[in-house]
Amino acid sequence: MDFQSCVNIKKEWDIVGARQLGRDIAKKIGFGTVDQARIATAISELARNIYLYAGSGKVCFEAIDDMNHKGLSIIAVDEGPGIEELSQVMEDGFSTSGGLGAGLPGVKRLMDEFDIVSEQGRGTEIKVVKWLR
Amino acid sequence: MSTLKLDLENYKELLKEYIRTKDEQALYQAEQFSKHSMQHNISPEEIINIHVQSLQEIYPEMPADIQASMNFLLETMISYGLAYQEHQALREKQLELKSELSVAANMQKTLLSTNKPDFDGIDIGAISVPAKQMNGDYHHFVQDQEGSLGIGIADVIGKGVPAALCMSMIKYSMDSFPHKRMEPSVILESLNRVVERNVDSSMFITMFYGLYDPKDHKFYYSSAGHEPGYYYHHEQGEFSEMDAPGLVLGVTKDAEYPQNEKQVDPGDMIIMLTDGVTECRQGDRFIEPEEVLEIIKEYMHLPAQEMVEQVYKHFEKLQDFQLRDDFTLVVLRRDV
Repeated sequence: MDFQSCVNIKKEWDIVGARQLGRDIAKKIGFGTVDQARIATAISELARNIYLYAGSGKVCFEAIDDMNHKGLSIIAVDEGPGIEELSQVMEDGFSTSGGLGAGLPGVKRLMDEFDIVSEQGRGTEIKVVKWLR
Repeated sequence: MSTLKLDLENYKELLKEYIRTKDEQALYQAEQFSKHSMQHNISPEEIINIHVQSLQEIYPEMPADIQASMNFLLETMISYGLAYQEHQALREKQLELKSELSVAANMQKTLLSTNKPDFDGIDIGAISVPAKQMNGDYHHFVQDQEGSLGIGIADVIGKGVPAALCMSMIKYSMDSFPHKRMEPSVILESLNRVVERNVDSSMFITMFYGLYDPKDHKFYYSSAGHEPGYYYHHEQGEFSEMDAPGLVLGVTKDAEYPQNEKQVDPGDMIIMLTDGVTECRQGDRFIEPEEVLEIIKEYMHLPAQEMVEQVYKHFEKLQDFQLRDDFTLVVLRRDV
């Protein structure tokens, strides 16, 4: 099981597409119901950020299967305006969408690994990993 | 019941028990279970997951549609779980801030501490209590080389941390003044320049400064827009207001602070305070200045320190033990 597949995010509907593909891959890897739901929520959050703030971008999935562990890696890439204050968006309670979304701190909580690179004017790349336990 | 376990087996048993008996005892255990779960940071979606698994075990024949509906429920709980985790994290952060603030408040106490001097022929009482953790009021005693006693009492408009930071600056400027005798008007003029140079224009400090000279028993005072003090004439048994014209500190560079003086006779009393005293509120009503004087009169027979403490206790009680503003009261009485 070693493949990478991407969903382009342009319309709000694409968020659903990304969730669906992500969940299917997660299921194949062997994640349980709760983790599937968490992964899907994280994907929603990442895809919605692209849709709302960058306009377009993509979410890519990769199953990880090496000797010791299995997992799912998700990469969200856009060429939007970038994030000015990374420390601020990673802070709990700070959310431009009115506090309803889980925001990036939520994504970090839902997943096991979280990495973000953002450059102003060039875009943002977020990589997250969930390990199968 | 206290050895409640957070596992599937236990939940399944509790659920079975409830389905069988439908009684309150089982529901009470469910409550215990949820509290216990929260202590272990179990999020709602995990509880639902345990519920679904228990159902599957109790009812192996459960229709697939019902099972699917459970997944639907689980999905809707994910965001609640996140909100719950965020809440926990924010709570921890709040505790952190609180303890940091209490360290700062202690530090401020040390920084701003002033020793109430033992002064021959004068009985001194002083109390200063912050409304929140940090005190925006300040009082200061200083004895100069010529044996005079200087007393400053100040109030930053505003409360909390910014006010407290501001006060530390005032304290250090005053400490850096020479130890020779300084007139109240000169002190306020120099402090005004310090504040004007260093403090944001939105922050104001009022201050009353007095100097007591034991050689001729004169009290000199100036005010920078501060709450007027009171003077008690022992012989007549009357209070009079004690004020001097002067702008609040920091408004303009070359403000001047005219100085007044009083001849202090035996038994006379000088009362200096901040608006936390005069603007005490009983319910929605501000108290009248006369009420402050009445209370002072009531406790006047006591030594000065006991007197200010009793006055404070009175107003603390009047306001249901919730100060709305920092409260500072300083009293000097010439011995009879």
